[in-house]
Amino acid sequence: MSKEIRLLSTSAILGYGFPEASLRGGLDRQPHVIGVDGGSVDPGPHYLGSGKPFCSPIAIRRDLRLMLNTAVRANIPLVIGTSGGAGGAPHLALVATMAREIAREDDLHFKMALIQAEQDKESVKRRLAAGRVTSLAHQPPLTDETIDRSTRIVGMMGPEPFIEALDAGAQVVLAGRASDPASWAAAATRAQLPPAPAWYAGKMLECGATPSIPKGHDCLFVTVREDHVECEPTNPARRCTPLSIANHSLHENSSPIHHIEPGGMLDTSDCRFDAVSDRAVRISGMRWNPAERYTVKLEGVELAGYRSVCVCGTRDPLLIGRLDDFIASVRGEVATKAAAFGASPGSYQLGIRIYGRDGVMAAREPIQHATPHELGFVLEVVSQQSQEMASAVLGMARTNMLHTDFPGRLCREGNMAFPFSPSDIEVGPVYRFSVYHVAELDEPTEPFPIQYETL
Amino acid sequence: MALIKDVAKVCKSKNAGPFELTIDVVFDNAETFRRVKATGVLGPALFARLYNVPEQHVLFTPYDAAFAFKATFPRLVPAGDFGDTDVYGCQQHAPLLDVDLPI
Repeated sequence: MSKEIRLLSTSAILGYGFPEASLRGGLDRQPHVIGVDGGSVDPGPHYLGSGKPFCSPIAIRRDLRLMLNTAVRANIPLVIGTSGGAGGAPHLALVATMAREIAREDDLHFKMALIQAEQDKESVKRRLAAGRVTSLAHQPPLTDETIDRSTRIVGMMGPEPFIEALDAGAQVVLAGRASDPASWAAAATRAQLPPAPAWYAGKMLECGATPSIPKGHDCLFVTVREDHVECEPTNPARRCTPLSIANHSLHENSSPIHHIEPGGMLDTSDCRFDAVSDRAVRISGMRWNPAERYTVKLEGVELAGYRSVCVCGTRDPLLIGRLDDFIASVRGEVATKAAAFGASPGSYQLGIRIYGRDGVMAAREPIQHATPHELGFVLEVVSQQSQEMASAVLGMARTNMLHTDFPGRLCREGNMAFPFSPSDIEVGPVYRFSVYHVAELDEPTEPFPIQYETL
Repeated sequence: MALIKDVAKVCKSKNAGPFELTIDVVFDNAETFRRVKATGVLGPALFARLYNVPEQHVLFTPYDAAFAFKATFPRLVPAGDFGDTDVYGCQQHAPLLDVDLPI
């Protein structure tokens, strides 16, 4: 019989949830590895900056408890990449603490590996000084100043640290920031399967049952063999079709055919998508081109200020008819009054987002002259000074949206409907992406130290 | 007259990293894909016009194996920066829906 490895991914992200029956259905097919992706860069810079998880700890604990009980009792390795949403040290620590608590509460015993991905600033500066850091996506070159300003920087590991941890006998591997397919590519590579189907399997597994229809957060079962990959959701209510798989193969990548990963490039130009049943699809024809140099992505964020927001709406056609002039008046009032209490114009940004006009597409909105019967507004202030100052300026913006006069005004008690009391929400620190570069490594495991513990 | 929303099976947008937006149009059979491709309507110039980006900033790739077209270009604002309206980038596809494909 030809070599194969069977991999079970429980969901798109740890904490998105999955039906318990889907996990049991997957277990019946005797997977060699169970896992899930723990996060993504997609929710934006906040989570990496704040150290907070993207999914709620309550939801993460529910998923983790089911997965630990299932995997450990069946003696199947469990792998989780990008733990806690962003994969920094606090994110990994959160999930590791949960795993210890669950092990104690449920009397589970296992060897656990924790793979760190957070990078200390001095090591990033050394790589930069050695000329081994380059920009991605037309970003400016990295500088020491940018590194110093960063709140947190992570490296995105490839499969090698997972392979090292599994080879060392870890039954549960929790990793910081990792390339989404890396943990799965590691499992398939350890089973002596070639990199092309190994990485392709990871591309499918990293989002759970997302490559199926109906799309949902659920379990996906993938069998990897020498020259192909087979995908099938474990929930009988879902199925994979050539279209659903082809659609997912386009996910979040700038090219549909060239997927750059640590150590090489997955070329999917000549893939074939063949239905092997009405619920399973075989993908073949993928190729792996090894890179001359081993590189990993670096992601980092810096503090941009503190945000307060407020939601309101208008149903007044007279106001909607002269909205641009009205907004300009409000901005003028806010600038004067905020300066009077110490918020200089350069110290904050006031955003007035207009839903019903161009709130979703901004300058790319092609419909310019529609006249809706109502408009929604999100007022926001990002202050570089403090949260208190952001709220002070926002309060001034809210008051002036409510009370500023305009020619022809009949609604003299107020221009805006507010759905909430209090109307203003303090959002907290705001971060922005500052590091998005690639670093060349001598050794794929070097910036990703592994700690082991026995529970 | 064949609008994309009537003949495509997928028309979607999403981030490709924090600085780029990627848009996919997928068909469900080789014949439709071939005819759409032959029109030349889906190409970098269309995305440049609809999204107001220089054509040389549009990476356009037909993907024959998947009956799909992909275009990737810079976001207006990096994901999560001040002024971003769509952190995931998943609601930027609408201008394509009414594009007429003369097939």
